[in-house]
Amino acid sequence: MATTHSRTLAQFMLFPSVVLLLAWMIVPLCMTLYFSFLDYNLLSPGTEEFIGFLNYEFFLTDPAFFESFFNTLVLVGGVLLITICGGIGLAILLDQAIWGRNYVRIMVLAPFFVMPTVSALVWKNMLMNPVNGLFAHFATFIGIEPIDFFSQAPLLSIIIIVSWQWLPFAALILLTAIQSLDREQLEAADLDGAGPFSKFFYIVLPHLSRAVTAVILIETIFLLSIFAEILVTTSGGPGYESTNITYLIYTQSLLQFDVGGGSAGGIIAVIIANIVAIFLMRLIGKNLEG
Amino acid sequence: MGSITLKQVTKSFDEVNVIKPLDLEIRDGEFIVFVGPSGCGKSTLLRMIAGLEDTTSGNIEIDGQDATSTPPAKRGLAMVFQSYALYPHMSVRNNIAFPLKRAKVPPAEIEEKIASAARILNLGDYLDRKPGQLSGGQRQRVAIGRAIVRQPSAFLFDEPLSNLDASLRVNMRLEISELHKSLKTTMIYVTHDQVEAMTMADRIAVFNAGVIEQVGTPLELYQYPVNRFVAGFIGSPKMNFIELDTPQEDGATCLGVRPEHIEITESGGLWQGKVGVVEHLGSETFLHVQVEGADTLTVKANGDCALRYGDDVYLGAQPNKILRFDSQGQTIANG
Amino acid sequence: MAIQSSNKSKIIYTLLAWSISAAIFFPIFWTLLTSFKTEAEAISASPSLFMFDWTLENYQDVLARSPYFEHFWNSVVISLGSSLIGLLIAIPAAWSMAFVQTKRTKNLLMWMLSTKMLPPVGVLIPIYLLFRDFDLLDTKLGLVIVMTLINLPIMVWMLYTYFREIPNEILEASRMDGASIKAEIFHVLLPIALPGIASTLLLNVILAWNEAFWTLILTAANAAPLTAFIASYSSPEGLFYAKLSAASAMAIAPILILGWFSQKQLVRGLTFGAVK
Ligand SMILES: Nc1ncnc2c1ncn2[C@@H]1O[C@H](COP(=O)(O)OP(=O)(O)O)[C@@H](O)[C@H]1O
Ligand SMILES: [Mg+2]
Repeated sequence: MATTHSRTLAQFMLFPSVVLLLAWMIVPLCMTLYFSFLDYNLLSPGTEEFIGFLNYEFFLTDPAFFESFFNTLVLVGGVLLITICGGIGLAILLDQAIWGRNYVRIMVLAPFFVMPTVSALVWKNMLMNPVNGLFAHFATFIGIEPIDFFSQAPLLSIIIIVSWQWLPFAALILLTAIQSLDREQLEAADLDGAGPFSKFFYIVLPHLSRAVTAVILIETIFLLSIFAEILVTTSGGPGYESTNITYLIYTQSLLQFDVGGGSAGGIIAVIIANIVAIFLMRLIGKNLEG
Repeated sequence: MGSITLKQVTKSFDEVNVIKPLDLEIRDGEFIVFVGPSGCGKSTLLRMIAGLEDTTSGNIEIDGQDATSTPPAKRGLAMVFQSYALYPHMSVRNNIAFPLKRAKVPPAEIEEKIASAARILNLGDYLDRKPGQLSGGQRQRVAIGRAIVRQPSAFLFDEPLSNLDASLRVNMRLEISELHKSLKTTMIYVTHDQVEAMTMADRIAVFNAGVIEQVGTPLELYQYPVNRFVAGFIGSPKMNFIELDTPQEDGATCLGVRPEHIEITESGGLWQGKVGVVEHLGSETFLHVQVEGADTLTVKANGDCALRYGDDVYLGAQPNKILRFDSQGQTIANG
Repeated sequence: MAIQSSNKSKIIYTLLAWSISAAIFFPIFWTLLTSFKTEAEAISASPSLFMFDWTLENYQDVLARSPYFEHFWNSVVISLGSSLIGLLIAIPAAWSMAFVQTKRTKNLLMWMLSTKMLPPVGVLIPIYLLFRDFDLLDTKLGLVIVMTLINLPIMVWMLYTYFREIPNEILEASRMDGASIKAEIFHVLLPIALPGIASTLLLNVILAWNEAFWTLILTAANAAPLTAFIASYSSPEGLFYAKLSAASAMAIAPILILGWFSQKQLVRGLTFGAVK
């Protein structure tokens, strides 16, 4: 493949990236780990003392932790489910011969480019607001009681907003994958008398598995740390009903200034992410390598 | 200027030994062909000479200077790749100018050299096109043009014709041979096609599994192959091998005879058999004869041969045209 | 799947596709429309689609109320700056991994990707404290550093997949032609990989433009990019839809237009080459 000379050079060129990423990962992570064993509050500086696993104990036995852990799973799982099913449907639809496909694609893609704070605010105020929102107007118009989305179903509302943001991504990737499908396979299936359903399940879906894996991987990375959408819509409430782990740690450390507790939470979030990561890496390892 | 000496060079990828200790002297100005089945290490050795691969042990000398660890850019060699490896973003002109610009040749001189390369290779009309707009043969010419302008001390070719269709291949073969005659620069040419090797080479090195089996002129290899591998690899159609049930007194366990050396007789030859498939090529005819007590023998006959499927024939050959191999596959010298 | 659809099914599919995509696009469309309405019309219970008094008042109000252009400039500096610096660091790394592969290359790539999985809250406090101690809070420099680091793995991955498509022989040819490593990279690799590099840059600009964790936490008045600027509209309830819409439109328009122009190039990079 190469000579010693180019290998040495290659190591040299890899160096900045590796060192920076290591520093970015290791230094703050060690500090977080260290803080997590301290009784450390920003409001009373200079009184830090070592308290062992007490922060972890508090964090893990806090009912808010369980609620936000559960919320995190529901949020990630719900958005993945909606965007992948919806994405496959959209991709198949957009793959058909239709008029104005380019315009359709541009419209479908648009939400991906909208920053989270904007989409959250637009949905919260202009669409889902129980008094002046468009949905409320529509409900009144057809004669039913408007729903107060963010107090009646806060987590679901956030799932809807986030799904709207990520559906275009899934649809676009899956569309590209479908377009790379060998048409002769489908023609052969036609000749063999396969119906639309067996074609979908035996040819299209297996062909999409790589793309679906990629979508799951990338979306999970981003969805685990959803923050802005919660901050500008519900601020985690009511109660902890729409708080995820990321938001919980944010409130603990930067709103209540409890560095120790927040750090313990951060370490736990890292552990959870690692478990998910190992699982995902297995998945891609199998699906992306080939 | 352009002699290359390999001294006990070896190459291993991880633990796999791809080139066994190997010595070879390539003379200034000669056209040497490395030929062998694919995967036997020809490209690897060529890339070691080029400096694109490290040498695991041993030395490579270029013009008497040790160049084992000289980087490729400093070896003064030019290479033509199987995929042509043209720079897709540059016009033909800039592709050819690239090595000259790297060598800081003055622009006027670059123009001159491009013009002369274009003349030699008939590229005049394409100079401002991108490689993507050229046919395979034209790309090949550009790759050669890029190699000749910098007047290297040797050219390295790695299967340069294998991406071309058959008729183009014959033309390019002639062009490269002519180029060699006019430039008189050392050329090392790698191919798996023995016809290319026979037609182009001054000398051929036959490779097999990381070792050179034999080095010699095309005729030497054809007439005096040192072993069964070389005998089978050189010549088309392939030499016929007849395994013997009992070894002869000189130790021969296998006989070899080329299709063109088998004679068809009315009666009483060495072998008797039935004609199988008959291939008429017009100028000649190939008969596949099922011989009793042996495998199928390929026989080359005249173009107007009238034998047909199922005919009975007798086959013979001059004794001095029959090669004998011992149980190791080595050729037994004619006594 | 559409080998010989009859005209009838084409009409049905077209209608279906247009209605679904219009529904998806609707919130953006509605925002744009509302930004030209008066506040009274914006919350009207029977909103009108086009028959209202078009006004630019809201845009004027937004510009008067807050230093929009400062936020816009912050967004540009942060997203473009971090992407360009990221490219400088990522290109050599991707070159190494694509063209000088070793047994460790695959693991190294996986490790880089895994750093992307580190939840930001895991490093939130130290970064916050370090920024405070180094006076980086609410500075563009601080955010450029953070954005560069969080997007570096994605950049390396994307560039790696683009570089992998360039045959090694072309680079070897340049070496045979006497090119130094510098000439090899600047005259051969980069020009060939230019489309890939451009789409890497683009995607990272978009990701950084829309990033809304670190930008919200690490900035206040001075370095706040558009994400934080918009978040400041979340407090007062009601009666300000038109202005919110105008501000939103101004925040998303640049990247929306950029994204639309480059959608084709974005797809492949986004999947790390998993989808061709
Ligand atoms: N970079 C490499 N890493 C490991 N093995 C290699 C590498 N390059 C070539 N080989 C192995 O070396 C042997 C010789 O390859 P090569 O020189 O390309 O053969 P040829 O050109 O004669 O067809 C093959 O078995 C091949 O698998
Ligand atoms: Mg080869």
